[in-house]
Amino acid sequence: MSDGEIVESFVVPVHPHTVLAPQQNEGWSKLRAAYDHAAEIISNSGADLLIIYSTTWPSIIGHQMISDPNPEWVMVDHDFHDLGSINYSFNIDAEFAALWNAENHSRGLQSRCVNYRGFPIDVGSVVALTLLNPDNKIPAVIVSSNVYADRSETTVLAKACRDLVKKTGRKAVAITAMSLSNRMFTEHIEAKDDRIHSLKDDEWNRKILEFLTEGRLEDVGQLSRTIQQQIRVQKVVNFKPMWWLSAMNENRNDLTGEVLAYEAIHGAGCAVVHLNPTPSGVGNKEYDEDEVEVFAGERGVLDNIVSSEETTTLSTAGSGPELWNPTNAEGSVNTDAAPKPVGAYPHARRVGDLLYLSGVGPRQPGTNAIPGGPIHDGDRKPLNYDIKAQTQAVIDNISRILEEAGSSIENVLDVTSFLIDMDRDFKGYNEVWADTLGKVGPTRTTLAIRALPTPIAVEMKVIAKI
Amino acid sequence: MAKGEIVAGCLAPHPPHIVYAENPSQNEPVAEGGWEQLRWGYERLRESLKDVDYDAIVVLSPHWQTYIGTHFLGLDNFQSLSVDPIFPNLFRYHYDLNIDVELAKQIHDKAHDAGLTVKMMTNPDFRVDYGTITTGHMFRPEWDKPLVVISSNRSRDYYSVEVMQEMMIELGKVTREAILESGKKVVVLASNSLSHRHFTTESKIPEDMSKEHITSHAMHLWDMRMIDYMKSGQCQRLIDEMPEFTEQAIAETDGGAFTWLLSTLEVPDYPAILHGYGTIIGTGNAIVEWPVYQHKGE
Ligand SMILES: [Fe+2]
Repeated sequence: MSDGEIVESFVVPVHPHTVLAPQQNEGWSKLRAAYDHAAEIISNSGADLLIIYSTTWPSIIGHQMISDPNPEWVMVDHDFHDLGSINYSFNIDAEFAALWNAENHSRGLQSRCVNYRGFPIDVGSVVALTLLNPDNKIPAVIVSSNVYADRSETTVLAKACRDLVKKTGRKAVAITAMSLSNRMFTEHIEAKDDRIHSLKDDEWNRKILEFLTEGRLEDVGQLSRTIQQQIRVQKVVNFKPMWWLSAMNENRNDLTGEVLAYEAIHGAGCAVVHLNPTPSGVGNKEYDEDEVEVFAGERGVLDNIVSSEETTTLSTAGSGPELWNPTNAEGSVNTDAAPKPVGAYPHARRVGDLLYLSGVGPRQPGTNAIPGGPIHDGDRKPLNYDIKAQTQAVIDNISRILEEAGSSIENVLDVTSFLIDMDRDFKGYNEVWADTLGKVGPTRTTLAIRALPTPIAVEMKVIAKI
Repeated sequence: MAKGEIVAGCLAPHPPHIVYAENPSQNEPVAEGGWEQLRWGYERLRESLKDVDYDAIVVLSPHWQTYIGTHFLGLDNFQSLSVDPIFPNLFRYHYDLNIDVELAKQIHDKAHDAGLTVKMMTNPDFRVDYGTITTGHMFRPEWDKPLVVISSNRSRDYYSVEVMQEMMIELGKVTREAILESGKKVVVLASNSLSHRHFTTESKIPEDMSKEHITSHAMHLWDMRMIDYMKSGQCQRLIDEMPEFTEQAIAETDGGAFTWLLSTLEVPDYPAILHGYGTIIGTGNAIVEWPVYQHKGE
């Protein structure tokens, strides 16, 4: 099977006018024609999967994916109910949704599949799927937009999806159902009087479309926060769809872009934009925001008894040692999915079929937060910490390093563990061990030591086979 | 015709979890209880009003969100299945509710005359939001009184809490006038939580109460401050501090329901009855009654 890929991408508008009333306004009919044109492009692309990120489906518990293979109902818009109803019956790729869900979890995201009769599919997804996939020929997946998510969470969501597209050999179309400027008139207007709400909104919309025409998708992604402040009604914490779409396209800036239509719907800026992966020759622009591979925020909110201020002590109070980039001598194995070293050494080193890991602690990659809390604060005042959470985090970090090396936790042969307080912590550490590495069966030696370089209570030194 | 009246006003929050925990026959999922503090609060509220006579319930829910003015359900009956788009695992409720279209139209017309943007919703396929249904069920599970259902105009998102309050105070006034003119006895319900920062994770058993607590101490302090004002009859202070509360506690008062409620009651200066307080997936929720029937003629 050849590698899968994103064969086309689209930005499409959400309001029901393009389905229910295109004839009432010239702009609406142009948007509809553009939608139909987009459907044709998709049909000719050989795509076998449509992936919709919808801004009109908010979620709270991470991201949600529809996994009902054939959701059917009648959709009525909350505002534009007088335009009529849209009956829908969609063809959903439930298997892809389930796999995506698993990928999300492996990257630290909360997510879940929803498969309930009568689940109200949001207006943006209903409009987009109705028009882009009129005969339901191509199976689709729909993902929500988490109200609290910011750039890292949204980007990681897309990366999980993109990897899966590659792995499963799919030819996928990435679609964001969204408005550009989303300010609508707050009064009823006659269809013929529709226009973009304000000149400022119009100028910003045109600027975004100019970027997209040049294929500069990542640049628009990096403007997301500015766009949110300038032309978005502040319903959610940020303007996210461009982060998602850009990450789906490998954060590229040299796509081939084409605006199929740009018009107003009840004041909001609505566009159908086509982005093709063929390099446009504009060239990659500077990419200055960090690449993020794993989501490390908000983990275990329910279970963690230590407050967020405490878990971030290490990174904010500046009490810990300086962080280093891992060294890279022959056979070194390093990953962004593990915490940065506190000295000049790699995460692991391979010799023949054996992997030798540097001492691994519980710090989280990226944030440096310590699950279960640090052992003391910035002033070295002792804090209450959870040894079980720390031990589990050590084992998770070991797993990630082993996976980077093409191995896994199942292949661990020998472990030396270091505890800073044997009396207090041995029991909890031993319990977590029994549930995890204890089941794998490596040899083990546990030592009490006076201190570790960061405010952690446990570290492990591992030898594994490939 | 006798003059109509508002017999009571209540803060009656709608997280679907509490209907889920009650296991009514209308809801598909099954729970092992949970959120008892709030469910007992609703029990006390129902008990408190059991001898109070009324004809209709007027409810404003933040989950029918409209950007183009305020809308009113405008057909006699709505029946369907309501699935919560955020917690579909907890709430899939088969509803059958009657609307007092006459009263809805009277409030609509008065609001229109006062210069507010309004619209009657007459599409029979429309699905009633889960907030309205949850509040409706918890307040009166018999579903034997007709409702007036008012949408939440998102003027806070478009402008500010101050503009939202101005519009909701006006909507509250005309709601009151229309009720007085209708000759009907009415209960008004604001369907919203107080502090509104959710956990973004859910425990394996959603009703596992060992996992339930407020998201942060600051949220708790805000909720208690607002509840103190309610209990001590200082509703003007509630309105005065609503902008800060709404912003700092990310409160669900952003939907306007609470301001509207206080306005329908002419910003009461008598103590409200606190029937219960509890958290739901980290958000703060209070069940509060303003017993207008006890303060007639004052
Ligand atoms: Fe709510």
